Amino acid sequence: MLELCGLKKRFGAWELPGLDLALEPGEYFMLLGPSGVGKSVTLELIAGLQRPDSGQILWKGQDITHSSPEKRPFAIVYQDCALFPHLSVRANIAYGPKVAGVGRVEIDQRVDELAELVRITDLLDRRVVSLSGGEEQRVALARALVTRPELLLLDEPLSALDASIREYLRGELQRLHKESGAIFLHVTHAQREARHLADRVGVVLDGRLEQVATSTELFRRPTSRRVSEFLGLRNLLDLRCSEPGRGEARGVGIRGEALLPGRANLWIRPEEITLTRGEPRAPNVLEARVISLEDVELLTTFRLACGELELVAMVPEARARTLGVGPGDRVFASFGDDALHSF
Amino acid sequence: MGRTTDSSWWFHLLLAVLGSALVLLVLAPLVGMVVATSFSELSAAAADRVVLESIRVTLVAAAWATLACTVLGVPLAYLLARRRFVGRSLLLATIDLPIAIPHTVAGIALLTVIGRQSWLGQLFGGGLVGTQVGISVAMAFVSLPFLVNSAREGFEAVPARLEKVARSLGASPRQVFFTVSLPLAWRGILSGMGLMWARGISEFGAVIIIAYYPMTTPVLVYRRLNDFGLSHARAAALLLVVVCVAVFAFMRFVSRPLGGKREGDDA
Repeated sequence: MLELCGLKKRFGAWELPGLDLALEPGEYFMLLGPSGVGKSVTLELIAGLQRPDSGQILWKGQDITHSSPEKRPFAIVYQDCALFPHLSVRANIAYGPKVAGVGRVEIDQRVDELAELVRITDLLDRRVVSLSGGEEQRVALARALVTRPELLLLDEPLSALDASIREYLRGELQRLHKESGAIFLHVTHAQREARHLADRVGVVLDGRLEQVATSTELFRRPTSRRVSEFLGLRNLLDLRCSEPGRGEARGVGIRGEALLPGRANLWIRPEEITLTRGEPRAPNVLEARVISLEDVELLTTFRLACGELELVAMVPEARARTLGVGPGDRVFASFGDDALHSF
Repeated sequence: MGRTTDSSWWFHLLLAVLGSALVLLVLAPLVGMVVATSFSELSAAAADRVVLESIRVTLVAAAWATLACTVLGVPLAYLLARRRFVGRSLLLATIDLPIAIPHTVAGIALLTVIGRQSWLGQLFGGGLVGTQVGISVAMAFVSLPFLVNSAREGFEAVPARLEKVARSLGASPRQVFFTVSLPLAWRGILSGMGLMWARGISEFGAVIIIAYYPMTTPVLVYRRLNDFGLSHARAAALLLVVVCVAVFAFMRFVSRPLGGKREGDDA
């Protein structure tokens, strides 16, 4: 539906070095990356608000790289909402249809529909300067959706909001996506949003798309160490294998059928490490000392020292209680072949 | 000022004393003029047809200069606020040039363009010298920086993001200008218009070279000072000051920010 082919843009020393991306009809796609990698610039390039230095933007197979913003069936919502301060909420929402020359009766009808959809009917006659952050964001969404965009560009729309409002609006975005049928392209640095909202996630690092996957797949199987590090994944191992099936990381032996001689980047999911007090039978059993433990959302996170190697294991809170260990205690950390993920 | 520590209180007092001296520099001569002018002198000036005609010429010429420069200057101000192009700095410096040029010099320079011997002068049959249009041109030349700079600052205070959103909602650049940029920058523009108009009214150097007649009030005041002395000049001057202060106060009132939040602030 939308294709970006080698999109480049340079501002002084900063560069978007050539972005390739394809969006499918009706999907909720999230561009995830740290600040300053060019996510917002990408949205403005797509919207036609900036011109790429090179590359192509295709919409339904048509080259729209040089078409003006008002000719593209897209709308953008910024983090700061960018509501027109001199207009009322109603006039803000009506802005798009009005400049398009839609008749007054239809404008009123569309504004009322959208206000109902985003649940701001009671705010329609208010001045925008009197709105809260969450209300502003809903008005901005209504103002964009009233133009019936086929692609909605969302630039960190939840980042400036309080946690509770963010949670609520996340659900609203999901609902609006389903009801509008438009493609949503949402850029964010917040992994939590990517996990909960997106059909697919693209990780952008240094202006390049490092990985595109479903959100489940991304967090289960990152394809590079850079992506893993950005996602903040624990237990990234730099493994040296001297013979097939055997390797060593910081002096600790690791076994795995798929291991080949040479160096390898491995990741062990903290949830796939089993902790026991007695020595279990498993392909990999490491004797470890508990450094610390912390309860986070029904899981207990153990920091373990296995000789020089530090690992993190996450076990259900109830299981951790049964285990009955604390800082300084000895445990056995075990995992199978399938817990080793290589990049 | 709120709660302050002792040392900052003394420092702020020092600032206030220094600032007061400057404010006195503005107020003292004006108050002195008011005190020195009797009511009978003022009413005589108010009934003097020559004085009234000079005030009319001054106000009207300055108003035409301001209107013409608004039509031409606001688009330029918008361009300067929104685009970065080769020669922009040079253009900004050119706009500020009239502030730096002595105004009698400006008048002489203008004669080369609108004088009797100039190309434009011949085109208009004898030039604009000695006409109200000529006075407006002289006023425009010396006071346009105030309008263009104030309007440019007004446009710069409008977040560019608002214009981007408007474009993405389907507005053409022209629609964005008239529905977003202009309504949000109007206070800057109006303030610039007020400043330009006031500066135009007070212009003497350039105007006297372009047109001794029809006589503007500053020229009349100068002439009466030379011919009849201070007391004759003072009443006409005070009358012009009263009119200007009234109009200026009105413009400041209508262009004041509402509710403590600037319209240009990010939403």
